[in-house]
Amino acid sequence: MSRIPAPDELKKRVQDNVVWKSVFRPGSIYRKGYRDTSRDRALAAMNNVLYHLHPVKVKRHGLKLTYTYCLGGLSFFLFILLTVTGIFLMFFYRPTAGAGNELAYADMQRLVRVVTFGDLVRNMHRWAAHAMVFTVFMHMARVFYHGAYKPPREFNWVVGVILLLLTLLLAFTGYLLPWDQLALWAVAVGTSMAGFTPVFGQQVQFLLLGGVEIGPETLLRWYVLHVLALPFVTTIFLAVHFWRIRKDGGISGPL
Amino acid sequence: MAENVEMDQKVYDELIAAGKSERIARSKAKAAAVRAKKEAAGEKLGPREATAEAPAPAAAAAAGGDAPAAGAGGVATAERATGTGGMTVEERQARVAAALAAKGNGGAATGNGAATRMAGQDHTHRLLAMVPPDGIQQIRSKQEDKVYVWPHLIASEFIALMAVTLFITALSVLPAFPLRELANPNITPNPSKAPWYFLGLQELLRYFHPMIAGVTIPGIVGLLGLMMIPYLDRNPSVRPDNRRTAITLMTFFLLGAGMMTLVGSFFRGPGFNWVWPWIDGLFFEL
Repeated sequence: MSRIPAPDELKKRVQDNVVWKSVFRPGSIYRKGYRDTSRDRALAAMNNVLYHLHPVKVKRHGLKLTYTYCLGGLSFFLFILLTVTGIFLMFFYRPTAGAGNELAYADMQRLVRVVTFGDLVRNMHRWAAHAMVFTVFMHMARVFYHGAYKPPREFNWVVGVILLLLTLLLAFTGYLLPWDQLALWAVAVGTSMAGFTPVFGQQVQFLLLGGVEIGPETLLRWYVLHVLALPFVTTIFLAVHFWRIRKDGGISGPL
Repeated sequence: MAENVEMDQKVYDELIAAGKSERIARSKAKAAAVRAKKEAAGEKLGPREATAEAPAPAAAAAAGGDAPAAGAGGVATAERATGTGGMTVEERQARVAAALAAKGNGGAATGNGAATRMAGQDHTHRLLAMVPPDGIQQIRSKQEDKVYVWPHLIASEFIALMAVTLFITALSVLPAFPLRELANPNITPNPSKAPWYFLGLQELLRYFHPMIAGVTIPGIVGLLGLMMIPYLDRNPSVRPDNRRTAITLMTFFLLGAGMMTLVGSFFRGPGFNWVWPWIDGLFFEL
């Protein structure tokens, strides 16, 4: 048994091999020889997957907490947090209801009482959902007061309003899933208004509920919307939203 | 800016025919146009009035130097073999020799050489200062105050991210969302409330017909109105002082929506009737 190599030696050996170099692109901070210079900082941003989100440099005033309050970024992060916790919850939930077949509610009870960390993750999912609705609203207000919807950013504002609508729909479809009294009646109140849509009221409500009133079909429909359809659409709009931020010249301002 | 400068088409065609590159021809033709325009406006061209040090026939030279430009639009130095600036070749030669002699660094040998070179020089490079200012492309972009994303932005984003994760996790330890009884369409709880973000609309239902409160206001005023903001507000300024109307309107809208939501959340009890939360208790569930 040879001696254990010194930490520096070990680091060099780990970083200086084919596999490591294939994983981390040139300029990565995990590569051998990264130095804190302007060149390496630029390379680190450029050769990172986050280059899809961030340019190499940003305006200094955009870093101030009191300019953005991190609202847009936090909305996106909450979306990711919701995806992660949501995937966990999906392992323990079946969207089935109806007499003698109340799996959804039974799964919820099991999740809260039996599943390890089940209650914690459910609470996180729920708090994050409320928080996301709030941060998206606040983000919209912040963007308005900074006049950040003005040319060339008009279309990105429109995309943002669509994302606000999608956020509300995601939150609302998730509200029904526990299939308890709170869920059922909150959704009943919310969807009763859809019936007053001019001309197509009945059709809109039927499409929304998968029937004339809230039942097992509604639960399945909203479940699919909540875990698959709406996140998919939201992700596409998020991609456009972030792409346009960069194409329109990064963060707005300074005022 | 530079795009607005007219071009002397004749000069341009000549230069292109002479095999010059497009870029050179274009810039020279632009310079010629500017020169012609200035001349038409009566501005003096060429070097400033000769000083006492060079007692050349300045006025004549200036006129002579510019004459070809006016005539054939000849701007290219190649075509102005008779002289550069306002001086004839001999005058310039003498002046250079005098200057070198005055400097006194081996005036004889080098001065002579320099003079010969100057004399034989048909293609003189124009001094930058001699190019009319409108002929130079001007790039106007402000130097922006920027910082590197790595590490500055990434670091603060990471901190914000960790803070929110901690905050959400800490909240989630509390038993905030107890599971209610199984959903039962036959038992209507009193009050029945929508999720908090729709309580503003539910509050509006107290005042308006459902088609107004449930469809028109959120759909037309809310979504479509919000989407149309950038197309309705054509004021280009982002300074709060310059957009009082927009800010006032939006503030009223947000305050109204916020107030409706608050009233719907905390001041409405059984039958969605008015309650005082500190007397009758809270009828609000997240």
